[in-house]
Amino acid sequence: MSRSSQRTAYGEALVELGKENPAVVALEADLGKSTMSYMFQEAFPQRYFEMGIAEQNMLSTAAGLAAGGKIPFASTFAVFATGRAYDQIRQTIGIGKLNVNLCGSSCGLSDFGDGSTHQSVEDVALMSAIPGMTVFTPCDAGEVRAAVQAAAKIEGPCYIRVSRNPVEDYTQGEDLQVGKVRVMADGTDVAIFAHGTMVEASMQARKALAAEGISAKVVNVATMKPFDEEGVRREAATVKAVVTAEEHSRIGGLAAATALALRATATSMDYVAIEDEFGQSAHSAEELMVHYGLTPENIAKKAKELLK
Amino acid sequence: MSDRETIRRVRTLAARIRRDVVAMIGCEGQVGHLGGSCSSADLVAALYGAKMRHDPKNPGWEDRDKFLYSKGHAAIAQYAALAETGYFPVEELKTVKELGSRLQGHPDRTKTPGIEAGTGSLGQGLSIACGLALAMRLDGKNGTVYCMMGDGEMAEGQIWEAAMAAANYKLSNLVGIVDQNKLQAMGPVVERFNTNPLPEKWESFGWHVIRVDGHDAEKILAAYDAADKVTDKPVVIIADTVKGKGISFAENVVSFHNGALSKEQFAQAFEELDTQLAEIGGGKA
Repeated sequence: MSRSSQRTAYGEALVELGKENPAVVALEADLGKSTMSYMFQEAFPQRYFEMGIAEQNMLSTAAGLAAGGKIPFASTFAVFATGRAYDQIRQTIGIGKLNVNLCGSSCGLSDFGDGSTHQSVEDVALMSAIPGMTVFTPCDAGEVRAAVQAAAKIEGPCYIRVSRNPVEDYTQGEDLQVGKVRVMADGTDVAIFAHGTMVEASMQARKALAAEGISAKVVNVATMKPFDEEGVRREAATVKAVVTAEEHSRIGGLAAATALALRATATSMDYVAIEDEFGQSAHSAEELMVHYGLTPENIAKKAKELLK
Repeated sequence: MSDRETIRRVRTLAARIRRDVVAMIGCEGQVGHLGGSCSSADLVAALYGAKMRHDPKNPGWEDRDKFLYSKGHAAIAQYAALAETGYFPVEELKTVKELGSRLQGHPDRTKTPGIEAGTGSLGQGLSIACGLALAMRLDGKNGTVYCMMGDGEMAEGQIWEAAMAAANYKLSNLVGIVDQNKLQAMGPVVERFNTNPLPEKWESFGWHVIRVDGHDAEKILAAYDAADKVTDKPVVIIADTVKGKGISFAENVVSFHNGALSKEQFAQAFEELDTQLAEIGGGKA
């Protein structure tokens, strides 16, 4: 299998979309070479707006473009997109149900060197809390492409969470269905629900568990909102235990949403997530993932403990 | 120069807006933003009553000019203008802030005909206006986007982000209006958080500045016309206004930023505004 960059996929998908639909415009806050939105600038300079290091203005301007009939895609680092401009997203885009699409790039711990200020451990929680927001948490480059296409068609605001570093190509994005979980690999003992980069970790955990005679199912949650409660219950009903895995705080993310979905069941459940703390700098993303326990080993360990 | 009939129409609409604002606040103990609504009434009336190309029967008309009330707390003045020009019945104004009403405490595009985008969290309207202006330019439309702001609102940093962006993109189809009524919720702007000097700030941010008496319909219309002639940069009209204008006991009184009216004040306000309407010759609303 090959590995591809989610952010490159974002840039390419945006260009594709731009060719298909002249209403698509892009905005950036001086990070176009990181988010890869610069590709859109090269293809459609008249429809690309460099908004400078001013994220709040960027998001409100995107709101105005949407109110004026355009389909804006605004991108910057996830932490600034969702944090710095939260009020702008909530007040005008959320309440106004405007068709603004926001790409939160370098999400989670993926901007390893820059540390806690540039790492988003709570972006999914923030965006999910806004009524009417669709939240995409794609697991690979293919799903990023699918999310960009889907976001353009959805009436109302969308958030797309994009990692900085290459991830395994599990899909071509063809099966991404908004608001539906998808089984990536079947199993009968434990179900691992995961999104983003943790789908890859979960697939590796599944392999490790199989070597010990445990059959694990991996379920990809590519849209955290609408959250597929019914699908989660369906997939949990056929196994003895559930583990969630996310590169995000355990508060307001997949662990919390899964627990809520399973509230009326007797499912035993555990989670792999970032505890109630910020990130920090490291020399590699892998180093951070190990430090915060976001590893295949930890997922397998939690699964085995539940099955004891 | 605007003709006498146009000026009379604008003055009449302004008085009716003030009258509707008073009626919306009522005298049953409900509070409302009387001061900032009345300070901006003439500026709003000149837009809806004369300057803007708009079609109340077709709010989505694609060649329309667009207005954003960034100081969204004074939405009742815009609701009055929308109702008086035919977007919805004047009768509906009395439902403002009622549970389930189309007329929310702050403008909501999903509920009220004629609202382009939601405002209320201060400092964001000018940025939204930038987006509307960019969209118009992309579509080859020659309309204008007007954005009304408060002088207290100038403290919001995002105003200046938008000011830079509009100048950077040479948005000559964008006209900012500052309703400089010199009072904010807690007192005089200069004492609470001084946002002056405004003309110098806007000029240095790359805007063409026009100053106007914000209660003189003829001069306001002339300022809007002058803004049309600027083709290489955005224009800001800094309007010298009086908070609570038109209602003698509310003029320059901080407590009417968001206050209630007693039965006596309510009656007096109506009497004064009806006198103004009679003087203009516009008749009772």
